[in-house]
Amino acid sequence: MMIEAKGLTRRFGDFAAVDGITFDVGEGEVFGFLGANGAGKTTAMRMLIGLLSPTGGEARVAGFDVYRESDRIKRSIGYMSQRFSLYDDLTVRENIQLYGGIYGLTDAQIRDRTAALLARLELEHAGGERVQRLPLGWKQKLAFAVAMLHEPAIVFLDEPTGGVDPVTRRQFWEMIYEAAHRGTTVLVTTHYMDEAEYCDRVSIMVAGRIAALGTPAELKTRFNAASMDEVFVRLARPANGASAEDSMSSVDDETSPPLAERGEGPGEGGSTGLGERLSDAPGAGGGG
Amino acid sequence: MSTLAVEVSALEKAFGTVQALRGVSFTVRPGELFGFIGPDGAGKSTLFRILTTLLVPTSGEARVLGVDPVKELWALRRRVGYMPGRFSLYPDLSVRENLTFFAQVFGTTIQEQYELIRPIYAQIEPFAERRAGALSGGMKQKLALCCALVHRPDILFLDEPTTGVDAVSRREFWDLLAVLRQGGLTIVVSTPYMDEADRCDRVALIQAGRLLRVAAPAEVGAAYEGPLFRVRGGERFRLIQSLRGYPNARFVFPFGDSLHYTDARTGADAETVRRDVSAYLAGEGFGDVALEPIGAGIEDAFMALMGTPEALTPREAGR
Repeated sequence: MMIEAKGLTRRFGDFAAVDGITFDVGEGEVFGFLGANGAGKTTAMRMLIGLLSPTGGEARVAGFDVYRESDRIKRSIGYMSQRFSLYDDLTVRENIQLYGGIYGLTDAQIRDRTAALLARLELEHAGGERVQRLPLGWKQKLAFAVAMLHEPAIVFLDEPTGGVDPVTRRQFWEMIYEAAHRGTTVLVTTHYMDEAEYCDRVSIMVAGRIAALGTPAELKTRFNAASMDEVFVRLARPANGASAEDSMSSVDDETSPPLAERGEGPGEGGSTGLGERLSDAPGAGGGG
Repeated sequence: MSTLAVEVSALEKAFGTVQALRGVSFTVRPGELFGFIGPDGAGKSTLFRILTTLLVPTSGEARVLGVDPVKELWALRRRVGYMPGRFSLYPDLSVRENLTFFAQVFGTTIQEQYELIRPIYAQIEPFAERRAGALSGGMKQKLALCCALVHRPDILFLDEPTTGVDAVSRREFWDLLAVLRQGGLTIVVSTPYMDEADRCDRVALIQAGRLLRVAAPAEVGAAYEGPLFRVRGGERFRLIQSLRGYPNARFVFPFGDSLHYTDARTGADAETVRRDVSAYLAGEGFGDVALEPIGAGIEDAFMALMGTPEALTPREAGR
């Protein structure tokens, strides 16, 4: 198993943002990590990538313990978010070289992988372009390729396809399939419910707990729903909206847009927001 | 005076060398719920800012409620409601304070407009004293909608109100728009989510500053040139490669747990094509794959209309 979580919990004061979640993700699996705004996805993801210590339970990522081996976890994973992935002021080639260096690749490795990556993305002609000049879809594909540069065992993708056109979105999913085909484990969050159907399995978090976990086909059968959107709607807001919103408002780490307000989340007291820490983590960086 | 709510003709907007709008023309009828659907950078926000008097176009004509947004901006401003794409209320003020502020700017009060905003305000009123910055994403959007409505505009422009909001909150937001539409309000809304097209009376598909198509949602799919099939079974990554190698393949795209395959033999008999493609796939080692003829949805149509998408021409699209 590439990710193993048992009763994983994170409390902020007396509020359990993540309340005893248990799940496994296997090698080469594409695992969708879904939930409404405020359900606890981001907090769970922060624990799994070694940025936030759990307050209870256990988890191993790529075989490493989230409490004691978070540095080794960071070296074994790739991470891509919608907002903080590449340096806009650097060229495509410079971004690749920079991250190659951060990941500790040798000069020869960086040279070879840069050439291979540009060829695979058909971006050879754009190696000298500053990233800010690339269309959004290309930035996203490049960011994914860069997060995969050190050939991590697991890649975490946080809302990777937000705002891109439908063709680019599908090209992005083909890159995900290709990575999985080569054995990389992929954990992805998305607000596009149709994208949940692209995953091998999905979990849906509600109020800090995993309310459902299975293949999209299993979940649609179990909830007698035609689409994952219906499954999600039934689970995510079961009773009355107001009370769900009330509890939600105290966990503002997943409000819209997905990453803009992370620094204001439950992390603001004791721990550092994800945005500030990204430069420490592999596969992530400041937004230029 | 025009009888149309919005009338736009050959509208262009350039920012330096970046051409944000390239000759956009369309009309919106009074009482319509009209949607602009397209990815980031398509020009949706630029268009909305021009129509709400906040930007001046480079060339072309626009009328909103029969008024020219460039020459008569003050006449138009109090008649339009605008909800920008980014949350732009005062995070340190409470829900009630924000709403009171926007009401007073337009010389009215929450009480006077209560019936109008009630369907939305009722959902956030329990949190009236909470700081706007401490609301969840879905609640912020509802508050912003109230603030855009509180001066009783004749037309509402909502720029990506559901972006980044979870699927449940998105649904609730569209339900509220349906209520407002029933009250007779003209609503122009933009979204990057193709599945929201069905909530609109008509949609404009927008990409790279151009309108690809303006039509009722059902018509957009109906005009698609097939034959189009849903393909299930086999390992997706290899199946995609294999299908793309088929000489008559026009489009092959992953679609959820299956693939959509469009054949290049436009207008050909679907059953004949199905048999041909199945035989080809069997030869490729995919004997257990099922092809089912289907009607096109908005996304199929959008992708076909994109022609050379930005994805295929990074050099040009970046300029």
